[in-house]
This record gives sequence, C-alpha cells and structure tokens, in this order.
Amino acid sequence: MKIHEYQGKEIFRKYGVPTPRGVPAFSVDEAMRAAQQLGGKVWVVKAQIHAGGRGKGGGVKVARSPDEVRARAKQILGMQLVTHQTGPQGQKVRRLLIEEGADIAKELYVGLVADRGTQRVVLMASSEGGMDIEEVAAKTPEKIHKVFVDPAAGLGDGEARDVARKIGIPEASLGQAVELLRNLYRCYWETDASLVEVNPLIVAADGRVVALDAKLTFDDNALFRHPEIVALRDLDEEDPLEIEASKHDLSYISLDGNIGCMVNGAGLAMATMDTIKLYGGAPANFLDVGGGATAEKVTAAFKIMLSNPKVKAILVNIFGGIMKCDTIAAGVVAAAREVHLAVPLVVRMKGTNEDLGKKILKDSGLPIISADNMAQAGQEVVAAIKKKKKKKPKPKRKPKPKPKPKPKKKAVKRKPARRKKK
Amino acid sequence: MSILIDKNTRVMTQGITGKTGMFHTQASRVYANGRECYVAGVNPKKAGEDFEGIPIFGSVRDAKERTGATVSVIYVPPPFAAAAIWEAVEADLDLAICITEGIPVRDMIEVRDRMRKQNRRTLLLGPNCPGVITPGELKIGIMPGHIHKKGRVGVVSRSGTLTYEAVAQLTDLGIGQSTAVGIGGDPVNGLKHVDVLKLFNDDPGTDAVVMIGEIGGADEETAAEWAKKHMKKPVVGFIAGVTAPPGKRMGHAGAIISGGKGTAQEKLAVMQASGMKVTRNPAEMGRLLKSVLK
Repeated sequence: MKIHEYQGKEIFRKYGVPTPRGVPAFSVDEAMRAAQQLGGKVWVVKAQIHAGGRGKGGGVKVARSPDEVRARAKQILGMQLVTHQTGPQGQKVRRLLIEEGADIAKELYVGLVADRGTQRVVLMASSEGGMDIEEVAAKTPEKIHKVFVDPAAGLGDGEARDVARKIGIPEASLGQAVELLRNLYRCYWETDASLVEVNPLIVAADGRVVALDAKLTFDDNALFRHPEIVALRDLDEEDPLEIEASKHDLSYISLDGNIGCMVNGAGLAMATMDTIKLYGGAPANFLDVGGGATAEKVTAAFKIMLSNPKVKAILVNIFGGIMKCDTIAAGVVAAAREVHLAVPLVVRMKGTNEDLGKKILKDSGLPIISADNMAQAGQEVVAAIKKKKKKKPKPKRKPKPKPKPKPKKKAVKRKPARRKKK
Repeated sequence: MSILIDKNTRVMTQGITGKTGMFHTQASRVYANGRECYVAGVNPKKAGEDFEGIPIFGSVRDAKERTGATVSVIYVPPPFAAAAIWEAVEADLDLAICITEGIPVRDMIEVRDRMRKQNRRTLLLGPNCPGVITPGELKIGIMPGHIHKKGRVGVVSRSGTLTYEAVAQLTDLGIGQSTAVGIGGDPVNGLKHVDVLKLFNDDPGTDAVVMIGEIGGADEETAAEWAKKHMKKPVVGFIAGVTAPPGKRMGHAGAIISGGKGTAQEKLAVMQASGMKVTRNPAEMGRLLKSVLK
C-alpha cells in the first residue's frame, strides 16, 4: 500500500526523522492558509499523488509570495499530472503539500528495501541525490553504498556513521545524520514498510540534515497489525477496477491490451498473458481468481474485465486441481448469461472433471470456443479478435450493456492481499 | 528415488484443525501412502484429541517425540505462521513446508535470520507454496495428486498452478515425475531454485529437470550460474511474466520487476547462457523436456 508524501513525512516526524515544516491542502484557500501559518518568504507547492517524478512533470513549484502560492496552487490542483510512473493519461491532483522553502547545500539519496538474496533489509545511500537513482545504479554503481542490516540488532551506530561519511555528510553534521539514518531504519522496520525512499535527503546551508521527500510503501500482508496506516489509504489514487476486484478477493491489474484474461494462480495468469502476446495479441489485464473461485466470484471477475471498454475478447484459463472444472464451467456460463456477453469467449480448462466442464460449456448454447491447451487457447482468442475486425460492416446490433461496477470509494476497506488456499 | 520426501516420511500437520488444514490433510491422506505417512497434528488447545484418527499434540516437539514425524506441513494463518515455522525448526525437524500465503515479510526475515544464526538444520520450503509431491508415494500440500505420474523428471517452480500445468504436460506425454517441488512466490523464503537443483542433481532417481520461474529477484539467475558449473543433468526452463509491466506486483509478493531488475527476458538469457534449454511458450514445457531425454 502506498501513501502520500505529506503522510509519509508525518510518520517520519514521529520517528524523529527531520523534515521541512509543511501543511497539506485540499483547496486553493487551504493552500493560502497553510502558507500564512508557515510564515517565511519562500514556499514550495507540491502535488500529492502516489507516483514519482512529480517535479519533472510540473507538479512541484516554488512560490516567493502569497500571490504566487495562490497561482501555483490553482495551477496544480486538479491538473492531470503526467510522470514516467503514471502512464500517458496522468493522475489527477487532488491534494497539495505546502512546505517552507529549504536552503539546500547538498542533495543526497537514501532508501530502504528488503533484499531477497541476503534476506535482510538493505540501506542504500548515495551522494547523487535528487536524480533518478536507478540511473545512478546503472551508470555509476560505485556511488551507491549499501548496508545489509542485521534484523536482530538494527542499524548500528558505526554502520550509520560509515555510510554517512561515504555519501559526503560534513563532519559537523555527522551526529545528526547517524541519528536520522537509525531512526529511518526503525521507521521502516516498525511500520512493516516494503520501501522507504528519501530523494533527496539534504544537508541544508545551516548544516541540518533533512528529509526533503518521503516515499513510503507498506507490506500489504502486514497491514492487519497497522490500522493507523490503513487509515491513510487514498482510494482516489488507485485503479477503481483494482479496488472492485479486491472487494471480491480477486487479484486484478489493468494493462494496455484488448484481451481480458481470467486465470487461477498468479504464475499461470502471467504465463497466459505471455501466451497471448506470443500469438500476436495483447492482454487487457492480469486477473487471478485464486483457488476457491465460486460462481459469484467468476461473475464478479467477468464484470470487472468487461467494464474495461478496451476488452474485445476474453480468455479463461483454469487449471482445476482441487477446484473442479464443472464448477468453473457452470460459473462461466452463468456469468456470460448475466452480463450478456457480447465479445468472443475462449475457455481452456484442464484437470478434475474436465470433460464434464466441457460438456456444460457446449450444452449452454453460448458461442463459447473451447480450447484443449494453452497454445490453442492463445491462438483462438487472437484469431477471434482478428475475425471480428474483418467483419467490419456488421449487421446492426444492440449496443452491449456495460455493467460498470461503481465502487463506492469511501466504503472500501483495505484487505491484506491474500486469498484463501486452493 | 526422489528428493525431500518419500513413502517412508512421517508427517505432522500444524494447523490441522483449521478449515484449510483439515481439507488438505484429508486430501493428502487418501493419496498413495498418505494413510501411513500422516501421523500427527498440532494444536496447543486441542492436545489429546484427534482428527479422523490422527492424534493431535500440544506442540511440534511432542508430536515428533511421540510419533517419529520428521516433516511438518504448516497451514497456520498468516499472523501466527512464522512462529509455527520457528516451532518446527526448534524441534529440529528435517523439513518444514509452509503453505500459508500472506505472511508479513518482516516475520520471515526474523525467522530466517534466527535459523541462520543458530545454524539450524531444518530445511524450510515456502511459504506461500503448493508443497511437494513424490508421485505414487506421498503428497504434502495442496496440489491435485491425480495429474502426477511416477517417473524420473524433477519439477521445481515458484508458482502453484503453473507447476500443475507443467506436470500435466509431462504426464500427458507419458513422462513421469520423481518429485515436484513448489518453492513459493514470496520474496523471503526457504529453499530456492538452486537448492532444489542441487538435490535433483544428486538424486539417482532423477534424469532431467523442469525449472519454472517468474519475474522478480535473482533466484533463477543464481540457479543457472550454479547449474552451468555443476549440473550433470539436462534442465529446461520457462519464466512467466514476459508481458508484466515494471513496478506492478503480479499476484505473488515476489513477482515484481523493480529497478529494471528481474525481468523475464534477463532471466531467460542467463538460463540459456548456462546451457539450459528455455522456451517462451508455456504450452511447450513438456515437449521441450521430452526433447532433452535420451
């Protein structure tokens, strides 16, 4: 789960990680009041969206007068902010952070993440702050310093001092930097974060070390023990289809293609997407219905897939292990009827009661294309789209009803991303 | 022959009285020698009771001492699963298989750290995995038993249903399996691809291996580099997630491309360079394996 910068900074302050003073604002008036409250002569107006790269996209502006704060806030609030992480459609800005201006002497980088190889949390720090850290890692890996933290001991004083020196913290600021780094690690560990990134971490002109940015992501599996973090969730920042899916315990991710896919199991779902691509198609989504798919779940999955207007065909690929193929087939037929399915549907089922399942599909009278294996399923679904395209001047057809699930945004509670076992 | 488990293995179920634990203990018990192999259950609150004739003990240690079970399968819910793993490790079992999905990463970091620092001998499989099966002998986990066939090909994979897919392709071609191992989709886990490859390499009952990976991490690369130097048997591979966009977590917590690392293309290239035969078509895993059998 992701949170906004201003929320991250509130958490930082709780852990003793210094940040600039700042106030969140949801309107231009609030932005003005925030600037007044902060005082000073320079303010920074920062768009609050969950994607990175906000500065380059025009979502972070310096203001040198109250009038300029107003102008900047007006300009940024409500804009579709496009960054390398939002996709071309961008993300609407609904919140701002108004901050006091900082006098920057040095820009550094520090990040924390779990390292799979060592099975420890790794602290990464670099003198090259304010830049794309992935680029730094690729071009000048020697400029990134790593500490693999002993989970029982936490980040040690000596380790923190060593890394602080390596990234060029001046001697006079070392003590404060050590404390900051150790607190940052504690923040990562105690909140069950999966990523904490400060880019840039600055040394101010007066020598203070300050977190100028805060990017925090949390381990979904641990949210059950952090109600205070769950409360920070901003559903406006999430794909409504993904929210709807999470209500049904489905794992769904929107993609750019036009073939909807519904699969059981994450690995098989990815493999199915790959097969579609292999035969010249493009998947519209990743959708894992999990092990215990019921008819209701399958119907919900169909509705979610179809509320994406780009979907021109659907591929269902189920490996029925403990879940039986006839149950799935019944669910697919019921779902296809309920949503008045108007796009081609290819179903591949394998495993327990396979023949029974195929019979149910056949007897349904629905134009379902049955495939025996993944390759055939991939070919069939790609062919179905091409065929449809060729038949361009088609007879008049009733526009298909689009069952658009309107997620009631505020009512959704975040569940840890986990499903019942097969 | 096989790796990790066979018909002489004695198994206990931790979390035997939960819905999932009950269901899968029943299903595993009716497979091959399951009736002899499943000898104990653990639940501190229900010690002295039994589940369909399987005695329930208050602790793993107790279950081990009283029944001789040396392997445990864990269905304990996520908030308590890491503690359950540690209990199995402290009781000095040979193998703990954790099926539970959704364990916090921090809990896994802590338990793995303790295992390393105390030099514990217990092997951990999972968490968030389908388990392990030696066809015709013993099934420990949630995989469908009937798709398997006794034979001489090893299967190792991070994902559940994709493992079943590979197994079913092999079985359809008349190729049986020595052991099929699901190592799980979590970022911090026990046995990795390389560990399982080593076991298959040393197993006289295994002639060739299907290795299935997915995006994220570098486990497949590590395994491939090891195999290049040491593997005496042919390995064929597939990596799921060629189409997965960076930064999006594809179901499994571990399946995420971050910082441009862990892409399917990169993994396939390293595997190929190490002498493995790879395919980009998941429907071809079985046939590819067949092509390398002598």
